[in-house]
Amino acid sequence: MALKAETHPIATSNDVVRVRQIVRAATIQLKFSLVEQTKFVTATSELARNTLEHGGGGWMTLEMVKNGLREGIKLTFRDNGPGIADIELALSEGYTSAGGMGLGLSGSKRLVNEFEITSELGQGTTVIVTRWK
Amino acid sequence: MSVFHQVVKANESAILVGWLKQMSASTRRGDLINDVDLKEQASEFLKLFTEACQKSSDVQSEAFASTQEFLAEIAKSRLEQGFSTSETAMFVLSLKQPIFSAIRDAFKANPSELVSEIWASGDLLDQLAMLTIDSAITIRELTISRQQEEMLELSTPVVKLWDGILALPLIGTLDSARTQVVMESLLSAIVETNSQIAIIDITGVPTVDTLVAQHLIKTITAARLMGADCYLSGIRPAIAQTIVHLGIELIDVQTKAKLSDAFALALQRLGKAVVTTKPSATSPAQGRNRVA
Repeated sequence: MALKAETHPIATSNDVVRVRQIVRAATIQLKFSLVEQTKFVTATSELARNTLEHGGGGWMTLEMVKNGLREGIKLTFRDNGPGIADIELALSEGYTSAGGMGLGLSGSKRLVNEFEITSELGQGTTVIVTRWK
Repeated sequence: MSVFHQVVKANESAILVGWLKQMSASTRRGDLINDVDLKEQASEFLKLFTEACQKSSDVQSEAFASTQEFLAEIAKSRLEQGFSTSETAMFVLSLKQPIFSAIRDAFKANPSELVSEIWASGDLLDQLAMLTIDSAITIRELTISRQQEEMLELSTPVVKLWDGILALPLIGTLDSARTQVVMESLLSAIVETNSQIAIIDITGVPTVDTLVAQHLIKTITAARLMGADCYLSGIRPAIAQTIVHLGIELIDVQTKAKLSDAFALALQRLGKAVVTTKPSATSPAQGRNRVA
């Protein structure tokens, strides 16, 4: 069940910083512990930068979700970029297409509770992550 | 071509009085600007405006160049004085009411002409108000970009802790531009001070993701190539756990939780030690107290 949803554009590297701050504010609102906050904000940073650098910019939708008594934050990163040809390869550790460390996608998967990625060539990529309190 | 400028010219002094009255009612900020200055600005603008209207009704045309220039000047001085953007725009917009009433008096007999003259003058004043806002925003943007550049410079100081030991306390977000500045200032400081050890402290970096880690590793590698050892300090517990989960390996990098630990290690590496001796004699201030 989604309680609140808002969408923010990711078009410049300043936007990456901005969505990070927005997500940090949301984790504080849900009283995440400091470690949980840091993990989720770092995952946000990775995914937002992927959206910017590989997807050529896009949007992040932040939703406050509730499952019974559990509260959480669900983030959807969406872009209209070239898409990912081989998702398994992209998720494997150390693989990079942009001269990075190749840990962004695989690492952020470990930093969240739920991770879902869909991509279509030429259509863009959507990554949905959720972290429960 | 509209003829309202003739009306404005004929009633200049009355309009000026009405305008000043209007401004004092809606936006006048007695604390920020005095009456004499305001009156001077108002009559200057009215003069430029009527002159320009005689020649053209297009704000972007050559005829309005001096009016535009004057408004840009007004926007600049208003911002410096502490007016808000809307208050600055009201300088032009509050001129509408006195001009409209002058036009109304002049074209009483002819309603259709009255409406078209009011429309023409209103349209012109709106556009001029927009121009004022635009120049105010441009000035703000210039300020912001200048501040960004200043922050880049300010936020990367390299400090010398001891002979041969440098510290680089990083604060804020580490993007590519920042890292470049950081790397340059660190490497040149290593050469200048002949240092063997540099400590990079990331206590003030809120988020350490793969990009930040990569930037740090590159900086450390570059320092190493120059013959200096680099320690990384200020790694908070939450950051440490996140780095592990991300899968970043910092095995080759000497890390410490606190800057003081890294400093202690650096001293040790250089064969120096901090020893506790007997406290020195009381300072002059305390000495005086005791006498009193």
